[in-house]
Amino acid sequence: MAKLIAKPALETGMPFAAGDAQLSMPDLGCLTSIAPFDGALAAVAASLMAAHGLGFPEPSKMTVAENAQCIWWGRGQAMLVGPAVDDGLAKHAALTDQSDGWVAFLLDGAGSTEVLSRLTPIDMRLSVFPDGHTARTQLGHMMASITRTGAQQFRIMVFRSMVQTALHELQGAMKAVAAQS
Amino acid sequence: MRLNCPLCGERDRREFYYMGHADYLNRPSEGAAPDAWDAYLHLRDNPAGLTRDLWFHEMGCSAWLVVERNTVTHEILSTTLATDVKEAGE
Repeated sequence: MAKLIAKPALETGMPFAAGDAQLSMPDLGCLTSIAPFDGALAAVAASLMAAHGLGFPEPSKMTVAENAQCIWWGRGQAMLVGPAVDDGLAKHAALTDQSDGWVAFLLDGAGSTEVLSRLTPIDMRLSVFPDGHTARTQLGHMMASITRTGAQQFRIMVFRSMVQTALHELQGAMKAVAAQS
Repeated sequence: MRLNCPLCGERDRREFYYMGHADYLNRPSEGAAPDAWDAYLHLRDNPAGLTRDLWFHEMGCSAWLVVERNTVTHEILSTTLATDVKEAGE
């Protein structure tokens, strides 16, 4: 089969900085959603640990290994980020390759919490939303997955088809926060 | 208005989609009498007070919730995953 040339989700606009916040677009590798079959959660957790060194995340949490992460993605679903998923998991869970379906932004810097607070209806402060916490929530009007990956750092994932809108929203909030500080 | 999603915690009403009364969980079995389908699809009480309805956490965890609330005081009394309600056979 012909080898297709991968195009970036955004041709221009990255990285971007305003005030105390920086925005970049990391390449996360493979994304695979893992939806355990009925009653198979324990088997999925065991396979995930054996194959990737990761636990199956509790709601609103992310589990982390050296080269892989597993992010809670909603009811009965988690997203494996990084490596291609081990085929052994297919016995216990529905696996779907979603690598091309989502894009990730990395929002970094002292102003990052304030920027996100303008776009999401949940409390993003470090005391409430600590490192390793994740939420499925809104970014503007888009459904998003937001994970804190550091004291001043968030990973924001949205549908790839909405990348321009997400960039527009994030840049607007970053400029507004910068203008007021 | 805020709903306490059993998975995500307390969230804003904007994240949810409203479906209707929790009667929708009790679908008549195949071959049920037309009366049962009529009741299932169309007949609803309009209580001043306690009601139970279905909400979908559309912008969050994609779970269906059964929400018990008071239409007079707007108090939210409980939120339960619809799957838990079904499994408990309520």
